[in-house]
Amino acid sequence: MAKKLEVPYNGTKEQEEALCTAIAEIKAAHAGKGLTIAALQKGQEIFGYLPEKALQIIADALDLPLAEVYGVATFYAQFSLYPKGQYRIGVCLGTACYVKGSGDVYQKLCETLNIQGGQCTEDQKFSLDATRCIGCCGLAPVMTVNDDVYGKVTPDEIPKILAKYN
Amino acid sequence: MFRSHILVCGGTGCTSNNSIKIYEALVHRIYDEGLDKEVHVTQTGCFGLCALGPIMIVYPEGAFYSQVKVEDVDEIVNEHIIKGRIVTRLLYKETVDEGGNIKALNDTNFYKKQHRVALRNCGVINPEKIDEYIAYDGYEALGKVLTEMTPQQVIDEISRSGLRGRGGAGFPTGRKWQFAKNSPGEQKYVCCNADEGDPGAFMDRSILEGDPHAVIEAMAIAGYAIGANQGYVYVRAEYPIAVKRLSIAIEQAREYGLLGKNIFGTDFSFDLDIRLGAGAFVCGEETALMTSIEGHRGEPRPRPPFPAVKGLFGKPTILNNVETYANIPQIILKGADWFASMGTEKSRGTKVFALGGKIHNTGLVEIPMGTTMREIIYDIGGGCPNGKKFKAAQTGGPSGGCIPAHLIDTPIDYDNLIAIGSMMGSGGLIVMDEDNCMVDIAKFFLEFTVDESCGKCTPCRVGTKRLYEMLCKVTDGTATMEDLDKMEELCHYIKENSLCGLGQTAPNPVLSTLRYFRDEYEAHVRDKKCPAGVCKKLLRYEIVADKCKGCTLCARNCPVGAITGNVKEPHVIDPEKCIKCGVCMEKCRFGAIVKG
Repeated sequence: MAKKLEVPYNGTKEQEEALCTAIAEIKAAHAGKGLTIAALQKGQEIFGYLPEKALQIIADALDLPLAEVYGVATFYAQFSLYPKGQYRIGVCLGTACYVKGSGDVYQKLCETLNIQGGQCTEDQKFSLDATRCIGCCGLAPVMTVNDDVYGKVTPDEIPKILAKYN
Repeated sequence: MFRSHILVCGGTGCTSNNSIKIYEALVHRIYDEGLDKEVHVTQTGCFGLCALGPIMIVYPEGAFYSQVKVEDVDEIVNEHIIKGRIVTRLLYKETVDEGGNIKALNDTNFYKKQHRVALRNCGVINPEKIDEYIAYDGYEALGKVLTEMTPQQVIDEISRSGLRGRGGAGFPTGRKWQFAKNSPGEQKYVCCNADEGDPGAFMDRSILEGDPHAVIEAMAIAGYAIGANQGYVYVRAEYPIAVKRLSIAIEQAREYGLLGKNIFGTDFSFDLDIRLGAGAFVCGEETALMTSIEGHRGEPRPRPPFPAVKGLFGKPTILNNVETYANIPQIILKGADWFASMGTEKSRGTKVFALGGKIHNTGLVEIPMGTTMREIIYDIGGGCPNGKKFKAAQTGGPSGGCIPAHLIDTPIDYDNLIAIGSMMGSGGLIVMDEDNCMVDIAKFFLEFTVDESCGKCTPCRVGTKRLYEMLCKVTDGTATMEDLDKMEELCHYIKENSLCGLGQTAPNPVLSTLRYFRDEYEAHVRDKKCPAGVCKKLLRYEIVADKCKGCTLCARNCPVGAITGNVKEPHVIDPEKCIKCGVCMEKCRFGAIVKG
């Protein structure tokens, strides 16, 4: 079982206001229906994850029950109710990468960082997620660290790659 | 006029390999040399040959540079652009003939058998410039439709072309449009499914990245045909480049009056909105996609009512996939007969496949329907690397199945694939060789569907989970022969009783591997062996005493101290301690360690 990470809310007034402004913009730009997902995406962009406070702001702004916003947030893989590490590592476990050994790369990362998928190291430096196909199957197996993409990765290269961020 | 054009691939495959930096470095160098009036540098969409990325083509010579690095830019500019000497070491080998001359790209094995309709502008035009699209007959089809054709004529033309949905199920596009046109209602919608979720499929992404206007134009045509004034493109948030280029394209189309009110001076108005998916595979299913556009949890709805009657926001809606749309403008311009002349009797036109897995030329190919798997894998794809034996090809992702080696000469079309227990799907084609265990592959797909099942209906939510557990028993070596029969029965139950396409097709990977590779399942169950040597619990590493020189390398590298033996004497592995990591086998210089 994944260990539960208790996180105190560190959001700032500025972030909260930024989210309110963003939702107002979304409402103005689109036809005014079905905006929950777009609002959540903004929230995650601003806070880095979706704290309860952000869900509450969205629910109020869109005039929806908090339960419904929470329901949408927990349905989609993109949304996280927990913060991510400073460096977010993703390993593609899509078919093309999997048959080329991305499972071993993933395993090696779990061992090296001593965390499981979906978790974050205690110093909040690295978090690890298994991702779906990111669409560059020509480079399989693929891992990403924030926006950097590493192609044709072998488990042996993991320490070297991680060292770049330490 | 420019004397030379340099095309740099800006698709996701190449940009992940730094092609943006290459593009920027090129632009700077060309500018510094004062050549920016003579040499034009363009960033295009995907060329298709992702395995050799980053890719760059220099015209008029047609020099196809592959695996270019940022450091190579100076050499290309100094030698090729300034002095006119092609940098031969960077040329894609296939494009050079024995005499050292450059062949046309279309004569290379990878491109020779391809026929590009949906991908025709990918890798040719700059997707961020509407003028380049227009120069290639862009928006001419929309103009023709609005000024010369009635909506019914448009639908008749599409129906006559025989175009079927490229998203997977292959429903006739014309008929879908007809249903929506016939549905009464003031407000109707046109939707585009760009939630490409099948692992290993990336054709929709490439089209949106390489030729976004084709999709916009087609959606406007569809809007005119069914009487809709609003469209939505539902695209994965994981495709940032595609989203960005599509947004730019929509903006430009609005500026040119090709979206918005009174298009081409007619009373037809149409506009588009982008909705970003948030990572849910089930949203590729049409009713779930619409629920998601509405802003809810992306759960499917029972059909009927079909979306053509009651779809998005309860209004008549058509939903087509990106690749389907990309064919539409060409059908209008060149005619239904031209389109119907390609392909097989029941599957007209071409299909884009994303080649991946154990194949030389990973990338994107577009071939006429009816091309055989052998042509795709060997002639175009270059076969399996490292001399390994081809075992099976997987199409249709988690909804599809495996095509074994003995059926490799099957001509690919919708009906043939279904007859052999797979399906077209969106066009991901993953090649597997002798090192892949088919039970493991089936388990992999089931793990995916268990994860992605939305949980609304029981057969899918619980059924796929139970099926996955049974597969685990097989790969762990604890299953019995009765379990295999039970598995098959459960597969049929899930197929027949699930609410939506996800559940109805989820057991396909299991059924098709059971059908063609039952012996592998039986080897796991009866002999407790994994023939491909993949399933860890069934693996056993052993040292062949005759070959072992007693060099101690394996023992020194074993992370758990499972290998013992004296110097210069054969070593042994303690199976109790062994964790099957395979390090010993990698390290052994004498090939003395075998697994089985």
